[in-house]
Amino acid sequence: MRVYEEKRSLLVRIEGLPIIGVYCLLILVFIFTSPRVFTGYRIYMSFLQTVPPQLVIALGLTLVITAGEIDLSFPAVVAFSGFLFSYVYRTFGTPWFAFAAALAGGALIGYANGILIARLGVPSIMATLAAQFFWNGLTTLLSQGLSWNIVTIRGQLIHSLFVGRIGGVVPAQAVWTLGIAVLVWFILNRHQFGESIMFIGDNVQVAQVVGINVVKTKISLFTFHGVLSALGGVLLTLEMANFWSTQGSGFLLPVMAAVFIGGTSIAGGYGTIVGTFFGMYIIGSLEAGVVASGIGGYWVRLVSGLVMAFSIILNISFKNKSIGEKWNKMLRSQAEKKRNKA
Amino acid sequence: MGESNTVREKYVYSVRMVNVDKYFGNVQALSKVNFEVRNNEIVGLIGDNGAGKSTLIKTITGVFPPTSGELYIRDEQITLSHYSVKQAHNWKIETVYQDKSLADKQDLWRNFFVGRQITGPLGFIKVKEEKRIANDVLLNMIGFRGAGISVDSKVAVLSGGERQGVCIGRAMHFDADLIILDEPTVALSLKEVRKVLNFVHKIKDSGRSCIYISHNMADVHEIADRFVVLDRGTIVGNIKKEDISLKDLSTFLLDYAHGLKETKNS
Repeated sequence: MRVYEEKRSLLVRIEGLPIIGVYCLLILVFIFTSPRVFTGYRIYMSFLQTVPPQLVIALGLTLVITAGEIDLSFPAVVAFSGFLFSYVYRTFGTPWFAFAAALAGGALIGYANGILIARLGVPSIMATLAAQFFWNGLTTLLSQGLSWNIVTIRGQLIHSLFVGRIGGVVPAQAVWTLGIAVLVWFILNRHQFGESIMFIGDNVQVAQVVGINVVKTKISLFTFHGVLSALGGVLLTLEMANFWSTQGSGFLLPVMAAVFIGGTSIAGGYGTIVGTFFGMYIIGSLEAGVVASGIGGYWVRLVSGLVMAFSIILNISFKNKSIGEKWNKMLRSQAEKKRNKA
Repeated sequence: MGESNTVREKYVYSVRMVNVDKYFGNVQALSKVNFEVRNNEIVGLIGDNGAGKSTLIKTITGVFPPTSGELYIRDEQITLSHYSVKQAHNWKIETVYQDKSLADKQDLWRNFFVGRQITGPLGFIKVKEEKRIANDVLLNMIGFRGAGISVDSKVAVLSGGERQGVCIGRAMHFDADLIILDEPTVALSLKEVRKVLNFVHKIKDSGRSCIYISHNMADVHEIADRFVVLDRGTIVGNIKKEDISLKDLSTFLLDYAHGLKETKNS
């Protein structure tokens, strides 16, 4: 029985194992269907260039969903922070000030969300939906719906630092987001803040009686997600050297899908950063992979849907309480019976 | 836990409430409540559903403040506006709620330390140390040798008695002076009830105080030194154990339940 416990936990202990498996399998399939594209390094470099802005946001969203909440306002944050960045940069020509302004803008939106949700008790789905409309509307209004190019940013240090090519090949944003993923993993799994998030998502009454400040934690959480979303917006704006007022509007569903196929519980209380990381790369690779494999662009969505469903089923059966714990309970009741007889 | 331990610290009352009112909006949950627990006393808090038992203890444990009145802990007056769960922990008051003390999906070791984590710089949790201590407490203090349970188990797999055991172990580890047990034996098998009652005896022997809330008269009568009866937010009975038999206590309560007595005397 002890042995069984250890065997099971070995499989479960490797966080995000099923989703890593799905990712490897997917790449293998792509290598098989379009070897010319997927045996070269270029396609992977293009993933490392396009996925990071969404990945940063997905990491923050993982924490939000772990707390049993949702945030639908991050596309607006991507647009608003991009606007602030390019506005400040074009007006004052100081990229770092622009960077700080963008992050502050994200923090402001997140903080406002947090106040609505934690202090006033507005359900997070409603509060952040309203925020999405409001901040997106404000961005359109302020930018008058135009797109601004900030091509001169390409010569600046901030550009090569965040989205340059390391060794002329590897996009720097991929390394940054990997670092941020590690940091967020530690925050969720090894920090008091992360533990508070898990307990709030698991059972808010328990969180209260053990002394967690639920209101404060939620406000910090939404603010943190606002900052990460703004960072995603800045990475996107830098990479494109361009701001357009609807940027980020296509992020909503892919980012949410990444968190869920990664294995984070929609019910709250459990979140996996490793899962989200690979989930985002799966979502980001699908379109290019399906198109490159030559079965045609019309198939992209259908295949995406299949892969998502498959990942979620795999995740559930791996974590499956109904198998693992039934077995566990059975063993325990047998042991109990033996003890009672003795 | 020898006799030498019996007087842990010198104070008369572990906790004392004077004229405490609690309103939720327009609803009065507690009305002019005067309640106290002496040092090393086990108080059985009894009352029907909705009598205000949970409200009473939640004001003691800092979950929410009373609307008015005074609160003393170890004879010191508490500033109500600053009182919180954290402060209650600092005063060494621990609560075992019937089903709100542990989070199901979290690891046992996390449940053990949440709210009072052992942290290094920047607030990061020292996981190894927490696990080692939790394991030590489970094995040595509460005697968990259950099949397949470790500090890495999720709380969801524990039985009702095991959950109480974890809470009780937690309270002991943090060296609580006043342990509040809120319906600890609901949904437990007879054998497990016995374990919990034995623990309450241990609380008394080790010089601590306890508020024990239960519907089960036999349990309360066995362990408590004094019974406090709450009815619709008011204290209607305050009886020493030697003054009342189990049978009389039950009759007394049934009279209130049936509305035969009106809420005025004690």
